[in-house]
Amino acid sequence: MWATVAALAAITAYGLFTLDSNGVNIPDAIGETLRNFRTIFLHPESRRLSAGAAAWELLLTVAQAILITLFSGLVSLGLGLLGARNLAPKPLTQAIKAVIAVVRAIPSILWVLIFAVAAGLGSTAAVLGLSMHSIGYLTKAYAESFESLDYGVVEALQAVGANWWQIVFQAVLPSSSTYLLSWTFLRFEMNFTNVVAMGAAAGAAGIGFDLFMASSLYFDLGELGLITYFVLAFAILLEIVAIRVKAVLKER
Amino acid sequence: MAVLEIHNLTKYYKAHLALDDVSLKLRSGEIVAVIGRSGAGKTTLLRCVNRMIEPSSGRIEFEGVDIRRLGRSALREYRTHIGMIFQHFNLVPRQTVMENVLNGRLGHKSTLAGIAGIYSADEHSMARSVLEQLDLADQAEKRCDQLSGGQKQRVGIARALVQEPRLILCDEPIASLDPRSAKAIMDYLFRISRKMDISILINLHQVDVAIKYADRIVGIREGCVVFDGDPKNLKKRKVAEIYGCDVDDIHFEDSTGGDAMFN
Amino acid sequence: MSVDILTERKRKSLRLFGLLVVLAAASIVVTQYDIGKGFTSLVKAFVWGLSNFYPSGASLSKLPDILKKLWETFLISIASTVSASPFALFLAFMGSRTTRAHGALTAAARGIGSFFRNMPLVAWAMILMLAFSQSSLTGFLALFLGSFGFLVRAFMEVLDEVDPGLIEALKAAGAPYYSIIFRVVLPASAPQIVSWLLFMIETNIRDATLVGFLTGTGIGFAFDVYYKSFNYHAASLVVIVTVVLVIALETGSNAIRRVIL
Ligand SMILES: Nc1ncnc2c1ncn2[C@@H]1O[C@H](COP(=O)(O)OP(=O)(O)OP(=O)(O)O)[C@@H](O)[C@H]1O
Ligand SMILES: [Mg+2]
Repeated sequence: MWATVAALAAITAYGLFTLDSNGVNIPDAIGETLRNFRTIFLHPESRRLSAGAAAWELLLTVAQAILITLFSGLVSLGLGLLGARNLAPKPLTQAIKAVIAVVRAIPSILWVLIFAVAAGLGSTAAVLGLSMHSIGYLTKAYAESFESLDYGVVEALQAVGANWWQIVFQAVLPSSSTYLLSWTFLRFEMNFTNVVAMGAAAGAAGIGFDLFMASSLYFDLGELGLITYFVLAFAILLEIVAIRVKAVLKER
Repeated sequence: MAVLEIHNLTKYYKAHLALDDVSLKLRSGEIVAVIGRSGAGKTTLLRCVNRMIEPSSGRIEFEGVDIRRLGRSALREYRTHIGMIFQHFNLVPRQTVMENVLNGRLGHKSTLAGIAGIYSADEHSMARSVLEQLDLADQAEKRCDQLSGGQKQRVGIARALVQEPRLILCDEPIASLDPRSAKAIMDYLFRISRKMDISILINLHQVDVAIKYADRIVGIREGCVVFDGDPKNLKKRKVAEIYGCDVDDIHFEDSTGGDAMFN
Repeated sequence: MSVDILTERKRKSLRLFGLLVVLAAASIVVTQYDIGKGFTSLVKAFVWGLSNFYPSGASLSKLPDILKKLWETFLISIASTVSASPFALFLAFMGSRTTRAHGALTAAARGIGSFFRNMPLVAWAMILMLAFSQSSLTGFLALFLGSFGFLVRAFMEVLDEVDPGLIEALKAAGAPYYSIIFRVVLPASAPQIVSWLLFMIETNIRDATLVGFLTGTGIGFAFDVYYKSFNYHAASLVVIVTVVLVIALETGSNAIRRVIL
């Protein structure tokens, strides 16, 4: 373990040493950034974007995150069942797990851009691209939830003569529903952040795009502040809800 | 009439021989207890009967049908006639008692009805009468993770009974229970077998329990049947041979008595 | 009676299902999402990908360049994670239930952690870019701040898991606070902490691609360049080397975890 830590520290030292700052005067830049923070967080303003419009953009972002989560959740449910060692033949599970690992390894921005070739930059590509990554994540999570089930229950229903579908619906899903729900909600939080990111990076509709416009096009710190507050507030709200949901699910 | 006939059953796990040329007969309504030390092959034998484990060679006949030949769907149909009861109950913890019992009917249903959990009125009343027999009627709506071990095992039995089985396989059904619940479970199984004419093949660790309840005892040692006969004929020496220990270490009285709880 | 219970349960499942359908429908309406276009694009993208998105012989000549960018991204991911970790660990110590010093400090630590965790990475990148312009340093700082937020939360949970009995035993023996932390708490939780570090590095490779795309550095930038110049063969090579790196890291971390956990 200490070898790992030492290696990481060495790489870090090397990385920091060779870091290219592109000729920026670092103390000046830090000072400027701190001043920017002050404007952003202490003087949020709405000039081009009214608070109402920002709220609508936020809703748009959330709606896309919901679409992604539901779509990828549905696909992952199927793939997760076929990818779980205790529910499907071994070659199939291995194939699914390998494909899913690759899907997950491709950064979501690359997925979105790949889809953008077919669909053009924008929400369609963002939803599809982020869904891919979300599928990669949820399939793994679901399959592992299924695998952690008490196999005896599955065996008991096999012994009764139940077929695969019946076992899935009467034993597997009821026993793992809480795990599935909390993984899905966690992923929803991540999808929300990702949609914001794709708004800034790949022109997906929603608050991320406004973030990009405010900072890169208008250099409007006040508006950047307003948008940041909106996103932050919603993210924290989600986190609180997630904690509640987890507590409720644990009880059941 | 023999319900189950096992001829020359052999099972290899890779190179390891777990069952060695086992032959065995079970008549209708008969209770046969299988005893043997840990690793002797009791579980393997039991699970070969409903092909939860695939035998390596030999014949297994259930009511005259060679079950090793059955295809996938025929195997499922065959399993509906055989109940199975587990040491750790294997109930769906988040379902209610009633739902778990009805799970026993799944093999009789269409895929779709099974997925949706739609059961006929007959099936409901059957489940209820079985629960009544097992004194669980008042627990029907409870979730199974809220039951005691003894209650859980009774739900397991109820699940097997709604299958309307002709044979029940029990793998150490009382090993995780306290003596009182264990006795109750054995009494239920005994009564069911007698009343409904259901054969029972049961793996047990307690020799005295086997002697008390079984019509016949089969002793297995290292995958071989070393005793098959009336409990009355099971002598201390034989038990010592089955378990591979000294006669002096056997703490029960041949055919006369045993643990007070079970008398 | 039991019939009612069954339908009650089914009703619950139906209600959940209905809720999801309504949510989906509402989202489709709000975003004016064109499902038809979604599906045709999906198919089109796959057809296009199979026919265009693979490395060609010519694109292989870009490989040294791409690998250099990948190396940059790799370094930044590790450097940002590792350099954020001491700060995160410090805050986690203040915020954790088992090791906290004072009530007010705990609340402050948790608040700061929550702020950094929920602040989107792109927002950091955008804000930092204003002063630091497009450079690796910007990418590093954005990832540093993002990692910091995540690690505070992760470390705090690790510390919360430390058996309070251990601490009590030393307290009872009169050991001072810092020696308890360095002699007991840190050694007990070190494997988990390293495990989270590894996880963060994996995540940061992917996030570094996004940040690099925005800040014009690393592998994200390389992809952007080839992508915008329609050199899809080279772009696909970027994807492939990224996948190889991420999976190699994942495999390596899992191997390390097996040893240390
Ligand atoms: N899946 C398996 N793979 C390999 N070997 C196995 C497997 N299952 C059982 N065995 C071996 O087969 C032999 C018989 O095992 P079995 O489970 O039938 O014993 P048992 O009599 O039921 O023991 P216990 O009383 O402990 O339950 C043992 O040596 C065991 O190690
Ligand atoms: Mg056994």
